[in-house]
Amino acid sequence: MNHQVVTYLAEGVDWIRFDVDALLGQFWNNTIEGLSQGSIYALVALGYTLVYGVLRLINFAHSEVFVFGVFAAYFTFYGLGFRPGPTVTLGIGELILFLLLALIAAMAVSGATAVVLERVAYRPLRRRNAPSLVFLITAIGASFVMQQVLFIWRGGNAEQAIRLLRPEPVFTVFNTAVTNIQIITVLAALVLLVVADTFINRTRLGRGIRAVAQDPDTATLMGVNKERVIMITFLVGGLLAGAAALFYLMKIPQGASYQGGFLLGIKAFTAAVLGGIGNLRGALLGGLLLGVVENYGQSLFGGDWRDIVAFVLLIVILMFRPTGILGESLGKARV
Amino acid sequence: MALLELSTVSVHYGRIQALSDVSLTVEQGEIVTLIGANGAGKTTTMRAISGIRPLSGGTITFDGEDISTLRADLRVVRGISQSPEGRGVFPGMTVMENLDMGAYSRKDRKNLAEDLDRVFTLFPRLAERKNQAGGTMSGGEQQMLAIGRALMARPRLLLLDEPSMGLAPQFIQQIFRIITEINEQGTTVLLVEQNAQQALSRAHRAYVLETGSISRTGTGQELLNDASIKEAYLGVA
Ligand SMILES: Nc1ncnc2c1ncn2[C@@H]1O[C@H](COP(=O)(O)OP(=O)(O)O)[C@@H](O)[C@H]1O
Ligand SMILES: [Mg+2]
Repeated sequence: MNHQVVTYLAEGVDWIRFDVDALLGQFWNNTIEGLSQGSIYALVALGYTLVYGVLRLINFAHSEVFVFGVFAAYFTFYGLGFRPGPTVTLGIGELILFLLLALIAAMAVSGATAVVLERVAYRPLRRRNAPSLVFLITAIGASFVMQQVLFIWRGGNAEQAIRLLRPEPVFTVFNTAVTNIQIITVLAALVLLVVADTFINRTRLGRGIRAVAQDPDTATLMGVNKERVIMITFLVGGLLAGAAALFYLMKIPQGASYQGGFLLGIKAFTAAVLGGIGNLRGALLGGLLLGVVENYGQSLFGGDWRDIVAFVLLIVILMFRPTGILGESLGKARV
Repeated sequence: MALLELSTVSVHYGRIQALSDVSLTVEQGEIVTLIGANGAGKTTTMRAISGIRPLSGGTITFDGEDISTLRADLRVVRGISQSPEGRGVFPGMTVMENLDMGAYSRKDRKNLAEDLDRVFTLFPRLAERKNQAGGTMSGGEQQMLAIGRALMARPRLLLLDEPSMGLAPQFIQQIFRIITEINEQGTTVLLVEQNAQQALSRAHRAYVLETGSISRTGTGQELLNDASIKEAYLGVA
C-alpha cells in the first residue's frame, strides 16, 4: 500500500490538478448544478441565520432538523406505497400531489423538530441566563443526540433510494441540459425565500423578529413577546430546512441517512457566514455562490477538492469582509 | 387610588441589591419625577415597572391590579410604555418602522393615523425624516423618536428614563417642554432624570433615590427650594 502511494505521488502531482479545460468545458453545467445545489444550501442557511440573528446562537443541531425532514419525506414516499426499485411512471397530477404531500410532511416534521429542540434544549438555559458557551455545547450535544436517535431507529446504512421522478432534461441552454429536478429545486427555493423575506420585512410578526434581533430588551418594551418570537424563528428555520430536505432527497434519493446532515449543515452554515450571518438575503447569496464555486472547484482541481474549495472561499472572503458579503442585517448593530 | 403604586419593591442583580424597599405612587394625570445620582437605581426602578427585571420582593400595582409577575409584553397592553435609557432606537429600522414598533401591541390599528399625527405635531422633525434609518439620526432626534415611539402605544403611563441625557442645551429645553405638553394632553408621566433642576420644576411631585432607597419625597417646588437637595443635586453650594 505504501509503495502505491509513493509511485502515485512520484508520477507527478495527480492528487491535485489544474484543469482549466474541464472548468471551461463544464462551466454551464457546473453553474446550473451549482445553483440547484446552492438553493438547498440557501434554504438551510436561513435557519442558521435567523436563529443567530435573534439569539446570537449557532444552532448546530439545525443540520439534524434538516435530516429529520429528509426522513419525513422518505417515509411519506414509502407511506404512499412507493418502494425502492425502478422509478414508477406517474401522471403529472399525481406527481405534483405526491411531492406536495412529501413537502408538507417534511416541513411539518422539521418545523416541529426545531420548535421542540428550542423548548427542550435552549429555553431552560435561557431561563437560567446561561453563558453563550453553554448554549454552544448544548447545540453540539443536541446534534449528536438527534443523530443517535435516527441511528438507533434506522441503523447505520442509508435508506434504499426511492425515486418519484427521474432527472430528465427539460430544455437546454448554452448546450447544457437543465433537468426537471433542477428547475423544481431552484424555483421552489426562490419562492420560499421570497416568502420568508416578505414575512420578515413586511409583516408585524416579522418586525417583531427584527426588533428582538436588534435590541431584545427594547423589543420587549414595545410589547413583543420575546419567547414567542424565538419560537417562531425556530419554526420558520425548521420549515425552510424541511423544504430543503425534500429537494435534497429528490436530488440524492439514497441520501436518507442518520449522518446525512453533517456536511450539508456545515456547508449551509458556511453559506450563511459567507453572505453575512443574520442577513436573509446574504444566506441566499452565500448559498448560491457556494454551490456554484464548489462545482467549479471540483472541475478545476478534481473531485476530492470540492469541499475544500468551499472553506477556502469562506476564509478568503472573511479576510476581506469579516462580516460576510452583505454584512449583518437582521441583527444590525447591537451598539 | 393611585394609577401606579410600588410597595416595598426590591430588585437584585445576582447578589447585588439594586433596590431595597422602594415605595412610591403616581396619581392619574401627574408628572412624577425620580431623581438621584448615577447608580442610585433609577433605571432599575423603570425596568422593574416595565417587567424587564423581576422583583425579589414587594409588589407593583397598576390601576388597582397587582402586576408584579405579569409578563413584560402584557404590561404594554395594560398601558405602560417606556422610552428607555439610551433611547433604544432600532438602528436598522426607519423612523416609520420604529414608530410602528411602538404600536406593536395595539389592537385598534385603525386609530393609528391619529396617534401618528399627534407624534408628528409634537416632533415635526420626525415627519421630515420618515424614511431615515434610526441608527443614523442625531442624539436629539433619536430621543424624539424614542418618546414618539412610546406614545404610539397610546399609554396611560409614560415612563421616561433620562430623556435629556447627552443632549445639546437647546434640545434639553425642547424635550422638557414637550414632556409637559404630553402630560397636559392627559398622559401620566414618570420621569427619571439627572437634570434635577428641569425635572423638579416640571414635576408635580418628586422622589429622591439614594443607593437603592427613597430618601426624600415632596412636591417639585418643595424639593427645588430645599437646601440639602440644592447642595446635592442642583449644583448650588
Ligand atoms: N446589569 C446589571 N448587572 C449588575 N449590576 C447592575 C446592572 N445594572 C445595574 N446594576 C447596578 O445596580 C445599581 C443601580 O443601577 P441603575 O439602576 O442603572 O442606576 P441609575 O439608573 O440610577 O444610574 C448600580 O449599582 C449598578 O451598578
Ligand atoms: Mg440610569
